Amino acid sequence: MAASVIGSTHQDTHQESWRKGFRSMDLGLEVDESRQPYTVLAVAGEVDVYTAPRLREKLVELVSQGKHQIVVDLEGVDFLDSTGLGVLVGGLKRLRSHDGDLSLVCTRERILKVFEITGLTKVFSIFGSVDEAVSA
Amino acid sequence: MQRNLVLELDIPSSAEYIAIVRLVVASVAGARRALADERVDDLKLAVSEACTNAIEANHSASPTSPTSPTSPVHVEVWESPDRLEVCIEDSGPGFDPDKVASPPPFTDPERLNFERGLGIPLIRTLVDNAAFVRKRNGTLVRMTVFGGPVDGDDTGTIYMDVSRLSDPPSLDSGG
Repeated sequence: MAASVIGSTHQDTHQESWRKGFRSMDLGLEVDESRQPYTVLAVAGEVDVYTAPRLREKLVELVSQGKHQIVVDLEGVDFLDSTGLGVLVGGLKRLRSHDGDLSLVCTRERILKVFEITGLTKVFSIFGSVDEAVSA
Repeated sequence: MQRNLVLELDIPSSAEYIAIVRLVVASVAGARRALADERVDDLKLAVSEACTNAIEANHSASPTSPTSPTSPVHVEVWESPDRLEVCIEDSGPGFDPDKVASPPPFTDPERLNFERGLGIPLIRTLVDNAAFVRKRNGTLVRMTVFGGPVDGDDTGTIYMDVSRLSDPPSLDSGG
């Protein structure tokens, strides 16, 4: 999904529009509590060093609320770099320390590839759908 | 061998601009080179990793202070008949890429204590050649992907300076 980079022609607001255009590549974070005991966190957009802190905050928040079985749904993620991987590894570590778990839903080739290259497919349980993840 | 500069771009050392570099480099690579989409995605990820490192390096060189603005990250894309090179340069203190600590193996429970350190291995894996050049004032990461040009005329060099936002370029032109 391409970001909108259309700027206002008004000189005073031109800079701000330009900046906002790229900021619109925001991270979507939706929590679904209907799959108890699992909490499903659906992530959408691009996860990089700019957006990853929001994912980290959300995971920390869920864990602090006592949600210790988390499924992170990456089907809406268009881009994921090592910063995003780091946040997911951090989340898994945090959950394991509470005897919980963090599993992933991912079928997108380009995202799966990042896990494969880094060997993280051996660390995470990766499922083809949320249904599979919550019935595992 | 003929080598042409096709894109030059400066971004402020701020994480929000990495998405711009990804977008622009992927657009240039996809439009000008005969590369499979998958290779363009690989390059995009490598570029993102290199920019993340460059921004971090610049910040460690000049800690945030109103009197010492952080240097921009400089990006260049070069074309040759058989390859595309993306160069990302910072003004940081430099590092030895061979001495970056590798995370423990995944079978080691300690692995979960390493949330970082994947960027450079990823860059090395994703592009055909990655060179980390220590310069007097910073580090240059040169990432090469092999692949010929898409048929068509050369459209010249695109110069962008996002670090001076007073004159934002239009990304709409040229598709």
